[in-house]
Amino acid sequence: MLRIDGLSKRYPNGHLALDRIGLEVAPGEIVGVVGGSGCGKSTLLRLVAGLEVPTAGEIVLNGQPVRGPRDEIGFVFQEPRLMPWLRIRDNVAFGIRHLPKAERKVRTEEALTRVGLIDFADAWPRELSGGMAQRAALARALVSRPSVLLLDEPFSALDVLTRYDLQDHLLDLWAYDRPTMILVTHDIEEALVLSDRVLVMQPRPGRILTVASPPLPRPRDRADPLFEDWKHRLLSDLSRAFRHRVSGDEAFPAAAI
Amino acid sequence: MSVSDPALDQPQSLPSATPASAVSGAGGGRRLPWADWLVSLIVPAVLALGWELAVAKGWGNGRLLPPPSRILSTLWGLWQSGDLTTHVLSTLGRVGLGFLFGVLAGTVLGALTGYLTWARRLLDPTLQALRSIPSIAWVPLFILWFGIFETSKIILIAVGVFFPIYLALSGAILSVDRKLVEVGRIFRLSGPELVWRILLPATLPSYVLALRAGLGLGWMFVVAAEFMGASEGLGFLLTDGQMTGQPATILASIVAFAVLGKLTDGLLAAVSRPLLRWQDSFKPEG
Repeated sequence: MLRIDGLSKRYPNGHLALDRIGLEVAPGEIVGVVGGSGCGKSTLLRLVAGLEVPTAGEIVLNGQPVRGPRDEIGFVFQEPRLMPWLRIRDNVAFGIRHLPKAERKVRTEEALTRVGLIDFADAWPRELSGGMAQRAALARALVSRPSVLLLDEPFSALDVLTRYDLQDHLLDLWAYDRPTMILVTHDIEEALVLSDRVLVMQPRPGRILTVASPPLPRPRDRADPLFEDWKHRLLSDLSRAFRHRVSGDEAFPAAAI
Repeated sequence: MSVSDPALDQPQSLPSATPASAVSGAGGGRRLPWADWLVSLIVPAVLALGWELAVAKGWGNGRLLPPPSRILSTLWGLWQSGDLTTHVLSTLGRVGLGFLFGVLAGTVLGALTGYLTWARRLLDPTLQALRSIPSIAWVPLFILWFGIFETSKIILIAVGVFFPIYLALSGAILSVDRKLVEVGRIFRLSGPELVWRILLPATLPSYVLALRAGLGLGWMFVVAAEFMGASEGLGFLLTDGQMTGQPATILASIVAFAVLGKLTDGLLAAVSRPLLRWQDSFKPEG
């Protein structure tokens, strides 16, 4: 159980990135967070990951307040962020160095098989395509079997076909251990394909505008008329969130990029 | 029957050609190493032979610029008398020790100022100020402090080696990708783990380059050090050749410097190559 309570973040430059966010996420739930740039969605994720310290409020995971990065929280960044000096196998095993060698090998190969990269175990990161590198990053995050997986626009740098493929693939991967997932994205369709619950965030200061639990059957069909309806509904929420935006003013903190 | 002969020859020659092309294909279009070697030798060989010929024909005066044959015979003479070995070993020893101390100091201080903000604030301005002093300017002081023997020479070389390594390492640590460091934070790496698993490999390419630059400077400073008074060493051979009016000796010493510099640099490059295979670097075509 992940509980976020009265969470605020003000950066040293005075910018209020998040204003009293409250949220409860059930184990195994997939929550999509959508919003334009500057709405604090990445900041929210970084706070949950323990990469940044909140100004006020708290995050409690399984009864323990989050005060820094934790073993049971995995993170997938917008870029793969693989270590260029490690082969794919060692990149995937990066976070499980504390495990015995045999266990490490079994888990790494299992994760590589699941993301379809077992044939590239000994390749260098530079030899992988963008989609493959992001699969490797997913494997690296999942290999330590986190109970919470945070994804920060993980597929936004990929082309449409690769993105669709990885979105479907993410659900297959989720099905193994069913971690709680929080997916930050600016792509409403992506949020709808994956999430049980979709939060639309509003900027300045960053807060939650609407919460929706689309009753769409799984697996979700992007061409389903009902899916289209929901897409339009969320899109109108999103444009409402940005209606009062001062044009040309995109003051978002560097740390959220 | 004679008509079918070429037809029989062809299928036979084909299988033997296939493995050859497969081998060159596996090499990723890399040419044979000795071919590169030969190409690189063309210019020096033409120049050397040209000068040899010019002196032999009387077009040029070989007294101040002796032809290659005379330089080689001087080298051979030095080798046979055992002098060359003495000089080379003594110079190599100085460069080796100076390089070692310079690398140690540069690595420790570079790592400290790169990794710890307070150490950078404390030490970097002073070191940058010292860097702006031409290292040779220290020579008189070093001689007063440490005498004219080995200590002052080795310290001078170490000072020369120190700065490129210090600068490159502290700069490389500061420019390590914040995004990779963040991955380390997500996986809760401790300070030493962060250094060993992220900072060290990330800075290795610049560090190796700095080592090679430092070694080059070490070779430069050993000459200066041996100019300030030595009874043996290749730098001594240079001054000796000047004093006794033997350009062939000077050139023999220069050739020895070139060979040793190239060999030690090649050794460093070869030792570091397997560690840097992961680099996604620019490889010129053709």
